[in-house]
Amino acid sequence: MSIFDYFRFVRQKGSASLAKERLQIIVAHERGKNTDYLPLLQKELIAVIGKYVAIDASQIKVELEHSGDCSILELNITLPGQTISASQKADVATAD
Amino acid sequence: MLFVFIFIKGKGKTLAEIIVVTSGKGGVGKTTTSAAFSSGLAMRGFKTAVIDFDVGLRNLDLIMGAERRVVYDFINVINKEASLTQALIKDKRVDNLFILPASQTRDKDALTEEGVAQVIEELQKTFDYIVCDSPAGIEHGALMALYFADHALVVTNPEVSSVRDSDRILGILASKSRRAEQGLPPIKEHMILTRYSPERVTRGEMLSVTDVQEILAIPLLGVIPESKAVLRASNAGVPVILDKESDAGSAYRDAVSRFLGESVPHRFIQEEKKGFFQRLFGGVEA
Repeated sequence: MSIFDYFRFVRQKGSASLAKERLQIIVAHERGKNTDYLPLLQKELIAVIGKYVAIDASQIKVELEHSGDCSILELNITLPGQTISASQKADVATAD
Repeated sequence: MLFVFIFIKGKGKTLAEIIVVTSGKGGVGKTTTSAAFSSGLAMRGFKTAVIDFDVGLRNLDLIMGAERRVVYDFINVINKEASLTQALIKDKRVDNLFILPASQTRDKDALTEEGVAQVIEELQKTFDYIVCDSPAGIEHGALMALYFADHALVVTNPEVSSVRDSDRILGILASKSRRAEQGLPPIKEHMILTRYSPERVTRGEMLSVTDVQEILAIPLLGVIPESKAVLRASNAGVPVILDKESDAGSAYRDAVSRFLGESVPHRFIQEEKKGFFQRLFGGVEA
């Protein structure tokens, strides 16, 4: 098979199927990961907790994980002085 | 069915329905679609206002051939420097059609949510449809254009970046609109696929209608073929829907009919069979 045959093959198959494949992947990825609100959520959480306990930004971790149809929002807050039951986890399940 | 619809509209005036024409990506045909669709609704007898939300880069007036008749604009009305009746431009070709141009000099922060709400509320009392021509992007102007919408026409080209941006816009419609914030029934989404070339789809060079539908998963309102009539119309400042002979104009007329609840089969999706002489001498597209 010469190089000319290869280009003929690509032209026959067409680039549209490649476009569709790439789009399906990127769109699925972006739909699942719309986490624009995470930094703001983190900031507001610090403000609320800060009302009661003195903490700083480095002591709170906010993460969002996806598995199938379920999203898990994990909050990891370390209180100063003592560690409260290792970590406090809040699981929020939302339908994607 | 349709008769009953018009009857109700004519009798006890219900509030105007708000349609946003949006896409995320620029240059895909939002303004062309806004001009065509609003003209189409007006030609069907509905009193229609079309608003340009692209503050600083207004173009709707040019596409509709009203650029020399702009005195006051949307921002003037918001700032109470002019009344709505002063700012609305009555279309010269189509009855029932009014254009509210964007400001060319102010910046888009002048579009306050309260200001836009007031203008839309006032328009809703006397109009049947309000078409909001959104700017490209997902910034303030685009968000304001979609915020009050009941319907969204998502304008997409069969091309990767446009489809991706449309998907992003669908996410924003579902989360940042008034309907989403107030927990009302969601905005009705409609896909308008523009610059479609069935020949290239057959050759496997272009995403097909079904490909795009599979990815975006919203109902298809119309497929507008790639057409020389669109540039011709914009050169002349006449919405392409008024070009009765053209394929793009017919496609927009079909889309308006479907929007009004009529079932019209899709045209311009299949490649047209060329005749012997056309093949021989090369076809000239409409």
